[in-house]
Amino acid sequence: MALLLIVLLPVLGALFTGAFAGNNARLNSLIAMLAPLVSLALALSLLPAILQGELVLAHWQWLPRLDLALSLRMDGLAMLFALLIIAMGLLVLLYGHFYFSGKPKDNQRFNGLLLLFMTAMLGIVTSENLLLMLVFWEMTSLVSFLLIGFKADQRAARRGARMTLVITGGGGLALLAGMVLIGQIIGSYQLSDVLASGDQIRQHSHYPLILLLVLLGAMTKSAQFPFHFWLPHAMTAPTPVSAYLHSATMVKAGIFLLARFHPVLAETDLWLYSVSTVGMATLLTGAFVAMFKHDIKGLLAYSTISHLGLITLLLGMGTRMGLIVGLFHLLNHAMFKAPLFMMAGIVEKATGSRDMQLINGLWRYMPYLMVLTGICAAAMAGLPLLNGFLSKKMFFAETLQSPFTGVLGWLTPTLAAVAGLLSVAYSVRIFHNVFFNGLPRDLPVFPPRPPARGILIPVTVLTLACIVVGLVPQYVVHTLLQQAAHAALGAPLPAYNLGLLHRFNLPFLMSALALTGGLVMYLYRRQLFAIYDRMPEVDAKENFEWLMLRAGNFAERQVHRLENGSLQRYGALLVATCLVLAGSALTGLTTWGGGVTTPADPVTVLAAVILMAAAVAAVVIHRQRLLALLLIGTCGLFVTLLFARFSAPDLALTQLSVEVMAVIIMMLALSFLPQTSPRESSSLRRLRDLILAVATGSGVAVLAYTVMTRPAQSISGFFLDNSLTGGGGSNVVNVILVDFRGFDTLGEITVLAIAAMAVFALTRNLQLKERVTRESGSYWASEPHPVILRMIARPVLPVALMVAGYIFLRGHNLPGGGFIAGLVASVALSLQYMAGGLVWAHQRMLTAFRPLIGAGLLLALATGLGSLAFGAPFLSSWFNHYHLPLLGEVELATALLFDLGVFMTVVGATLLILANLGNLMTLDGPGKEIG
Amino acid sequence: MIDFVLPIALGLFSLSLLMNLFRLLRGPDVVDRILGLDTLNINAIAVIVLAGIAMDSRLIFEAALLIALMGFIGTVAMTQYLVRGDVIE
Repeated sequence: MALLLIVLLPVLGALFTGAFAGNNARLNSLIAMLAPLVSLALALSLLPAILQGELVLAHWQWLPRLDLALSLRMDGLAMLFALLIIAMGLLVLLYGHFYFSGKPKDNQRFNGLLLLFMTAMLGIVTSENLLLMLVFWEMTSLVSFLLIGFKADQRAARRGARMTLVITGGGGLALLAGMVLIGQIIGSYQLSDVLASGDQIRQHSHYPLILLLVLLGAMTKSAQFPFHFWLPHAMTAPTPVSAYLHSATMVKAGIFLLARFHPVLAETDLWLYSVSTVGMATLLTGAFVAMFKHDIKGLLAYSTISHLGLITLLLGMGTRMGLIVGLFHLLNHAMFKAPLFMMAGIVEKATGSRDMQLINGLWRYMPYLMVLTGICAAAMAGLPLLNGFLSKKMFFAETLQSPFTGVLGWLTPTLAAVAGLLSVAYSVRIFHNVFFNGLPRDLPVFPPRPPARGILIPVTVLTLACIVVGLVPQYVVHTLLQQAAHAALGAPLPAYNLGLLHRFNLPFLMSALALTGGLVMYLYRRQLFAIYDRMPEVDAKENFEWLMLRAGNFAERQVHRLENGSLQRYGALLVATCLVLAGSALTGLTTWGGGVTTPADPVTVLAAVILMAAAVAAVVIHRQRLLALLLIGTCGLFVTLLFARFSAPDLALTQLSVEVMAVIIMMLALSFLPQTSPRESSSLRRLRDLILAVATGSGVAVLAYTVMTRPAQSISGFFLDNSLTGGGGSNVVNVILVDFRGFDTLGEITVLAIAAMAVFALTRNLQLKERVTRESGSYWASEPHPVILRMIARPVLPVALMVAGYIFLRGHNLPGGGFIAGLVASVALSLQYMAGGLVWAHQRMLTAFRPLIGAGLLLALATGLGSLAFGAPFLSSWFNHYHLPLLGEVELATALLFDLGVFMTVVGATLLILANLGNLMTLDGPGKEIG
Repeated sequence: MIDFVLPIALGLFSLSLLMNLFRLLRGPDVVDRILGLDTLNINAIAVIVLAGIAMDSRLIFEAALLIALMGFIGTVAMTQYLVRGDVIE
């Protein structure tokens, strides 16, 4: 439980800051820091056990069928990272409080996102289940997208965020594939099982593929060459974000992955050459470019890339000592890089710039910050008595004992020394350029504003940590490091002593050489800058954007080939698919069945003939839109008659109401459209459509005929038998709607509500040009609301509403129900719109259509959920019969409540559409939104 | 008696349905067509009532009631459109 709390507390804190703190920045930060503090305390309470070498596990089921379990694990490695993540997070939150001072909204957003990110990171390092780890892995990608794009109004921030998301998200996909492969080989996604099956995976034929996929995930996240370019562009993030994500946590996730899977994937030649090559390339590229960056954060970003490369190289060499040194350097890097980032933020706030060509000589204005930065930069350069010195020296020692032979054997330490030299040069540069090197030039803010005292606290704490670890590493980090390495290796450790590292030997000589060389290089910086400026410039962002644009265009073209925006084409494709699928099934038809059970009488035949004639006529004159609407209305009428003839009164009533509603709405739309459709299709296409239509129509006729003429086992018997006993109603159609298939109905009214809301949203800010004028020029009548119509419309309303109420109430037992009643009511109300006008009608009725829709949906849903309270399945109905005075025997069913919800949604949705469409052009021009 | 009258009435009303359809298709004016549809509605009511008597079903009388209501409103919508160019003003 403590484990789960450690991971989840930060996200709870995020919820609390959002919910309670409001605009009070101090309270906000206090709450935000409280949660990680508790997390830290919990983690520390587990520390003694972990230092003893224990393994703490916690396990809950989540989705057992997918092998996804909420399974957490705390060992030395996880503890090292967890402490780093929480402690750094706390310091960055404190820093962020001062950084965002005066912007409580930004501060609140930052706190929330940072806490969310903390949970994601903690989740990665403590996951025992591979799939769970992936969930958290993706979460860090997503939250980092939001954090990097924090200043969403800036184009550079958005582009940087997008680039990060694409690179790290793509890596996440590769990692997913790798994890699934591992899981399939082992047969388990639990880390303990995976770690125990290293040999099995290494000997499997898929091992190279797995290694490639996992490395892709790790290398993209940890900004390794050639994926390193996203990190400098992620510097558009606010500085606290960079200090946390880009120095201490997110970029270390890839390293964590390499360490975690060390027992499974490492100690092969493939691992050795691939990982260490990537590490070395990253180390050199980052260190080289860093020197030439004039932006403080740019320099720090490339230096981070280089240090990550160093750690990767150490892990790549695959030696046990290498792993220890790598973890040690990872810790040290967080300790000196985060305060340097914080310094960059302080300087930027103070001077309004991060350009080292402008910022010079700040020691006069910020002497204390100068001292702190000096110490951190010295640690980064690897000066003795500081933590960076230790891990760098151990790194040099490791390169001397590398498993490489031949040329690589001496090339590795040489290149390492060169990288060390470069890192000294840029460390000196960031310190000397910012605080000395003459006077400030053309700063946006001059004289620089002194920083707030509080903002220096986290910087001081981290600087002190650098010194303490540098002086007495054996007391501070040794045991934890040992346990971490032990957990990562799963094997006994070689003997070593952190305390003896200050002694003079060959690695010490390499350090000294790097120091002198770096200083010399810095002295000749102007000449070097000149050379660098002449080199061809490669802008990763432009290239990346170009690539993304090309990929997007390509995808778009492919989509447009199929989906070109032509409704005719979609219709044709849809009908053709239907024809092919159903037609191929019908080819098996060999015999024509017997006779039809219901004989056709002359009147029915006549109605069918009229229906067909109207349909054909509608096709022929469809370019004259008003006439086409008239004919479609005729078709609807005769379909209704046929429904009534074949004993489907429910269908008849519904069809009729829908028909009228549809005609009114189409008439409304027609007001804004041309009266005739232009002739756009070629004759070839019309021929295609004709063939399709005739073939499909004949197919449907054949299908209907065959279904009607052969004895088939129908499912209607079940409904007829169970409707009264199970659903409490004798109208089977209604009982099916509100009970047997109530879930479908709930879905349907939700769709209806969404459609109505879409119409509302579309018409909301729609600016129409003048209404389309008629060919004849003027209207037939000047009076918009003739008095006879108004007088007749009024008595229709109560009558129609009574009919609606009647149909609604008796719907459970006789034809009717909420849907039909709702349509009848809305048609009656729309008559009032037509007769009296929108304004007149709205003065006399409630127009809260959207709340009505919502209430209807909620009522239907609540009725369904109500049955859960009584232990019955969702949407079971309950009914009983009561004897009421005057009315006699009355049946009350919960289905009636559900039907009321349907009624409300239907009325609300149709009127919302009607009112807002009608509103587009009233007598006084376009009105405000309604509903 | 009713058995004798019903087929004749149904036949006559069917005939009038056909004539309404002719007006609806032929026009010549839009007003003629709207009137055709409105009359078609009215005759349909008659057919439904007669069919209800023939089938001895009271349920489909309600369809007749609704056709009366809906047909009227549909006609209003169309004439309103025709006269003013807009259904709801």
